[in-house]
Amino acid sequence: MASPYLPNTDADRRIMLQEIGVGSIDELFQDIPEQARHAQFQLPAPLSELELKKELGQLAGRNASLDRYACFLGAGSYHHFIPSTVEHIIGRSEFYTAYTPYQAEVSQGTLQAVYEYQSLVCQLTGMEVSNAGMYDCSTAAAEAALMACTIKKRGKVVMSNTVNPTYRDVVRTYVEARGFSVQTAEPNSPVISDSSCLIIQQPDFFGCLEEIETCVQKAHDVGALLIAIVDPISLGMFRAPGQYGADIAVADGQALGNPTSFGGPGLGIFACRREYLRQMPGRIVGKTVDVDGRPGYVMTLVTREQYIRRERATSNICTSEALMALAATVYLAALGRRGVRHVAELCYHKAHYAAERIAKLKGYSLVFSKPFFKEFAVRCPVAPSRINQALLNERIIGGLDISHIIDKAMLLCVTEMNTKQEIDRLVEILGGF
Amino acid sequence: MNKHYLLPDISQPGKIGCSLPALDVPESKLPPRGLLRQDLELPEVSEVELIRYFTALSKLNYGVDTGFYPLGSCTMKYNPKCHEDIARLAGFAALHPLQPEESVQGALQLMFELQQCLAEITGMDATSLVPVAGAHGEFTGLLLAKAYHQDRGAKARKKILLTDSAHGTNPASAVMSGFEIGVVASDSEGNVDLKSLDAMMNEEVAGLTLTMPTTLGLFDPRILEISQLVHDRGGLLGADGANLNAFLGQVKFGELGYDYVQLNLHKTFSTPHGGGGPGSGPVCVRRSLADFLPSPVVIRNNGMYKLASPAKSIGKIANFCGNFGVMCKAYAYIRSLGAAGMKEVSEHAVLNANYLKEKLKPYYHLPYDRPCMHEVVFSGKRQKARGVHTVDIAKRLLDYGLHPPTVYFPLIVEEALMIEPTETESKQTIDVFIEAMKEIARDAENNPEVLHTAPHNTPVKRLDDARAARSPDLRWEMRT
Amino acid sequence: MAPKEYKYTLEHEWICPESKNKGKAGLTDYAQSQLGDLVFLDLPAPGTQVEQGKKIGEVESVKAVSDIFAPVSGRVLEVNQTVVDEPGLVNKDPYGAGWLFRLELSKPSELDALMDSEKYDKFVAELSEAESK
Repeated sequence: MASPYLPNTDADRRIMLQEIGVGSIDELFQDIPEQARHAQFQLPAPLSELELKKELGQLAGRNASLDRYACFLGAGSYHHFIPSTVEHIIGRSEFYTAYTPYQAEVSQGTLQAVYEYQSLVCQLTGMEVSNAGMYDCSTAAAEAALMACTIKKRGKVVMSNTVNPTYRDVVRTYVEARGFSVQTAEPNSPVISDSSCLIIQQPDFFGCLEEIETCVQKAHDVGALLIAIVDPISLGMFRAPGQYGADIAVADGQALGNPTSFGGPGLGIFACRREYLRQMPGRIVGKTVDVDGRPGYVMTLVTREQYIRRERATSNICTSEALMALAATVYLAALGRRGVRHVAELCYHKAHYAAERIAKLKGYSLVFSKPFFKEFAVRCPVAPSRINQALLNERIIGGLDISHIIDKAMLLCVTEMNTKQEIDRLVEILGGF
Repeated sequence: MNKHYLLPDISQPGKIGCSLPALDVPESKLPPRGLLRQDLELPEVSEVELIRYFTALSKLNYGVDTGFYPLGSCTMKYNPKCHEDIARLAGFAALHPLQPEESVQGALQLMFELQQCLAEITGMDATSLVPVAGAHGEFTGLLLAKAYHQDRGAKARKKILLTDSAHGTNPASAVMSGFEIGVVASDSEGNVDLKSLDAMMNEEVAGLTLTMPTTLGLFDPRILEISQLVHDRGGLLGADGANLNAFLGQVKFGELGYDYVQLNLHKTFSTPHGGGGPGSGPVCVRRSLADFLPSPVVIRNNGMYKLASPAKSIGKIANFCGNFGVMCKAYAYIRSLGAAGMKEVSEHAVLNANYLKEKLKPYYHLPYDRPCMHEVVFSGKRQKARGVHTVDIAKRLLDYGLHPPTVYFPLIVEEALMIEPTETESKQTIDVFIEAMKEIARDAENNPEVLHTAPHNTPVKRLDDARAARSPDLRWEMRT
Repeated sequence: MAPKEYKYTLEHEWICPESKNKGKAGLTDYAQSQLGDLVFLDLPAPGTQVEQGKKIGEVESVKAVSDIFAPVSGRVLEVNQTVVDEPGLVNKDPYGAGWLFRLELSKPSELDALMDSEKYDKFVAELSEAESK
């Protein structure tokens, strides 16, 4: 049967070949060496839309999805509520079937939405300028480290050992690829004098919150930038990086209206001080006017980018995860000032309720006594993997097994998605060990 | 939208665009005040206002669903709707990346099979699905080349060769992965200048990155000689696979002598561009490079799918296992086409481009007059002699309700117009575009003013880029 | 037409000799017309020692970046702050208000090898001719 995605009929095809002046389509491939043409492909047989949906639906059904399972897992990907408005707006094909807005006159929708996104990110993080978005938090942190090396003309990056280990791995890959070096340090150790930046995470990988000012001061004292990795939802309650003096703030915007989607796509939020604008990687949208003086938006400061500056660009990045950024924009606008704070408070109180109850269980204790937001580490009486197995049988996705870092420890995450009932059930099962 | 406004303009204290549940557990003590923020200035709008605002914005946009989008090198093909539905299934979208592997066997199976399909399509042995964008895939490929040479003790190979027609990401990715670059010239036919390559390809060179077909939309007939030369001198041949749509289902990169290939699922494999992401840029490699792939890859062990880190992995390049949501759509595309369907895709892509080329050849200068592949590059230099620039042609197309082609790229073609119709466009649609381009060519002769002042009927007219860059206005501010 | 009293480089920069081995430098009219609307200038700080032909800064238009080279060797005395704040001045008045920086020349003899206005005008005419082909 004809493909619904190939509209040319056989008659069209004949006319077109005639116009071109060749006898067959094959003649158009004459530049390809004969020996490499007509390769054989071992691929599954084609499926109709009906069959495709059935088969992939079955594959989807084999997964324990979070609409059917309670989830207490975080560590960089977070199960938060997504209002229907978000799905409906990003589902408009004027948005999702557009390319990067190179033709500004017919891309004002995307461009104005990015301007809103940049504004909302600045309001949330307290930073002065934001780019249009990057891949995810880990690569945004890596790009921030490279940017610090460029600004400071120093090749040493220092990371706190309480930064998410995956983020640290990604930062290391990027920084070392450029021939720079990375050191991991205790959060309270002095900052090495010739380092370009200090990277901290707030709340840190284990969920803990610190008074950051001393870290910021220590970094600035040696002329290094302070890069803060934050949880955007936490900023509904807790001080923002711009308020404690961070120079660059990065975060994963997945939590803002994007599904966990097995880890991707994410959204790298990247914001910094205005003085570093020209060293910032990624796309930036600015407001201007058209020839009639009407307000409009364009991609601006493009000379930083790869398609202009090529090997001297601030980064090789092209994408801005625009659709994820649009989701974050709609999410922040839908929740607004009170909604974002409310979600943060729900996470905080529910997480503390869970932590207090678990800490009272025999054999369990909280690893840290510091303030925390929605994640906390628990020392368990048995291997966390055993507990997680039991939880899975009860349709609960347990916490992250971090026993390779802290003996018998599990990192739990509680969000507004977890009802009291779910938390109580979790505590009950944990109590069985 | 008649009047321009932004979220703060419609914000009023007390409004909210979403209802949220009340707290169902006892309140806990708050942490020290020093950690808390007092202010949080975000707009407050009702749901109906929110929806109307963003709906109005959407109407200012142009997407593939709006009309013809022949943006060269970007492969703006139609994005099948059922793929969107499939990727949104809770069984795919509502999965946590760190869930126990036994609870996500369906997702891992999809990834495993996608790895295999992409390796088969490219004629390679292994695939990494981790890179989340084309440029990210380029970066990954180059790190693999670096690791490969270092593993063999060839530390002196510090240079990557590129062609003068390469995408801007190619040199930028090379620098990010710690390479110096050397630029190989193109000859008068638009092919790699073998003399230039011969002179540059020495023991300091780690490899050559060569888009195939090239960014001129041409297939280099001496590709086998090129790969032979690169290999003889100890280098690797890598592809920026942006243009795979030209020979999908017909030719394997592996049989052309490539060692690694970066793909763009958002181009060749029909996943939507999203207004600038999300994409997905998997890398397929020969066996000799498989051990270096980034972590994780999906393996099958005793009937169970697992995530694993290859023996000599270059490490982590992103947070989790790649843009899974995009993979679902690409996998659906591959399964809907099968091998024969894929061959048809590239046949129609090439047929459409050559038809367009023949029909427009009398009106626009064609720098390389030979069969093109999936896209054709014209030059606006004939119109330039009349004072009309390619940008004017592009802007005038907007008045016809058509999206312009890629302009001013590749850099080696003066006033370049790079047109990629893709296979999902009908002859009727292409004819409409051809007629518009003919009229524009006539106007360039007789009525250039209408081109200089274009577009005339878009939501805004030409925007002041210089003003935007001179005094950047990048955000609004809201204060109480 | 390029001013008679200035000297010109192949990189389309001019230098206007002043007394006591000093000189004022900028971009030529041809350079600004090729770049289009300038939006940003990155110039060396006063006091910087520069060497003839070496990159000392950058000039950006909306969609292009171009290097600024030292027309002669010496030390940067002063940067035109007005043009840094308003790069469009280079487009409006490249040989006057759009000057970029002043130098103290360490090798004044370098001036002799630069083009005079007649030579430079001819050079530009040839370039324009080649381009229109």
